[in-house]
Amino acid sequence: MAAKTDLRRFTGFLPMTFVCLFLLYAPLIIVMVYSFNDSKSITNWGGLSLRWYEEVFWGVESAKFKAAALNSLSIAVVAAISATTIATMAATAMLRAGRFRGKSISFALINLPLMVPEIVTAVATLVFFSAIGFTTGYLTILLAHIVFCIPFAYLPIAARMQGIEDVYEQAAMDLYATRFETFRLILLPLMMPGIISGFLLAFIISLDDFIITNFVKGAGIETLPTAIFGSVKQGIKPNIMAISTLLLMVSVGFVTLSWLVGRMGQNKK
Amino acid sequence: MAGGVVEKSTSNTSTYAGLGVFMMLPAWAIIGFFLVLPVATMLIYSFLTKEFRGGVIWEFSLAAYDQFFFDRGLFGDDPARIEWTYILIFWRSIWQAGMATFFCLLVGFPTAWFIATRTGANKSVWLFLITIPYWVNLLIRTISMKFLIRDTGPLNEWLMASGLISDPIHIINTNFAVQLGLFYSYLPFMVLPIYASVERYNLAFSEAAADLYATQWTTLRLVILPAVKPGIIAGCILVFVPSMGAFLAPDLLGGAKNFMIGSLIEEQFKGNAGNWPFGAAVSMILLSMVLIVLTFYARQQGKEGAH
Repeated sequence: MAAKTDLRRFTGFLPMTFVCLFLLYAPLIIVMVYSFNDSKSITNWGGLSLRWYEEVFWGVESAKFKAAALNSLSIAVVAAISATTIATMAATAMLRAGRFRGKSISFALINLPLMVPEIVTAVATLVFFSAIGFTTGYLTILLAHIVFCIPFAYLPIAARMQGIEDVYEQAAMDLYATRFETFRLILLPLMMPGIISGFLLAFIISLDDFIITNFVKGAGIETLPTAIFGSVKQGIKPNIMAISTLLLMVSVGFVTLSWLVGRMGQNKK
Repeated sequence: MAGGVVEKSTSNTSTYAGLGVFMMLPAWAIIGFFLVLPVATMLIYSFLTKEFRGGVIWEFSLAAYDQFFFDRGLFGDDPARIEWTYILIFWRSIWQAGMATFFCLLVGFPTAWFIATRTGANKSVWLFLITIPYWVNLLIRTISMKFLIRDTGPLNEWLMASGLISDPIHIINTNFAVQLGLFYSYLPFMVLPIYASVERYNLAFSEAAADLYATQWTTLRLVILPAVKPGIIAGCILVFVPSMGAFLAPDLLGGAKNFMIGSLIEEQFKGNAGNWPFGAAVSMILLSMVLIVLTFYARQQGKEGAH
């Protein structure tokens, strides 16, 4: 910078950034640390131990948590795959198919799940399934999850597609590739980083959801967040902190993966 | 540069012309059938008669909205007076969401500015650090916050051990705890749009202001803030809207005294106090308020774009 003082600098902005990061991370780090606490009381520090992780996997409540984790995982995988497929098709329509009827409203529709408050979606979905006489359970959770996963899958996919010039596709078509071949052999491989990011984000969003799941799950089925919420209602126990730490690691791992894949895509360009 | 790529974009190409409707169909079907239709059903439910212990009787009734706005006494035959209970809950929700938005702006703006003025790869690492917590389960984050600020939690333990306080500060189950929880839940939503705005801001304006003897803070107030206003408004809306309908932070951190809309709605669908039409009506009122805010925002954006 040629100026005498750095115009980008404001007194106090750097400390504020650290305050921001501190506030964001402190609670998470503390829960992670205390999940290794040997003491039975969650407040006092009694030395390092893995006993609460043992408790999660082999303790009294382990069967409940395992079943819930299995439900969470299978729902997240199916919902993310469905949402990613739907979002990829939608992005192709929005960015590669010129004009068509209903295009202008489509964008709003795809983003609708982000605009309607979660609790309203939850109520609406519950009431709807009850009105059409659908028993709430695994399937209703899955359907609700696909809906709110779509915009999260769509955003990285559309962003990626926007960055790909259509010259490659034009070249393929000039060489007599059919439109389907062009899509499968040219567009899809180029889009892969976006699609993977979209899938991973949808997966985490599904894995994380509590409010909508809590409304549409019905009795007798739990996902990990609803099982954790049920336990916390009776007070925070150390095994909850262990299970939270595990879930936290999964989320952070997936986001990091999604970020790295997205970056990889950019560098190749 | 990311910007360059986007400018060269080919968003109007039509390799798959004619297939648009076909490829859009799954998205329309799923969102239409499992979101638009449910919201319409909810609107209908809000005008039905309640069935005790959940569910509805298919008989038109305005009872749900009447219960929200009017108090007709224990037996329903007193002259109608305005019912303040629910209006107060809405007001508290707006206030709490507003305070959370204010705190987010206070911390989020300097952070966004700082990150946007970094150079090279540093920038995306900083940005990534801000977004990670957002992807961690909201329930877990709220539980973490609850654990941290309890009367016997680590925060009070440390403050007492360090001799700064002699009695624990009572934070949990106060309004402030809820604000803190909401702030913590949605802070990344404030940082990201402001960041996007600051990134587009041309530092030459700051130089011009400095050449004209403006102090840094004058420049901030008169030049930078107006320039990044769209990002600030977007951030405020992204924090305010979900805060207003939040359920976890008020429920886990606020306790029974600090009831917000989310808990009011939830209560109507759980347990024996259930009143589905009333829950649907409260949800409709919340949705209308959110749509008003979003429409206002869209018009504002339209105006900014027109200039």
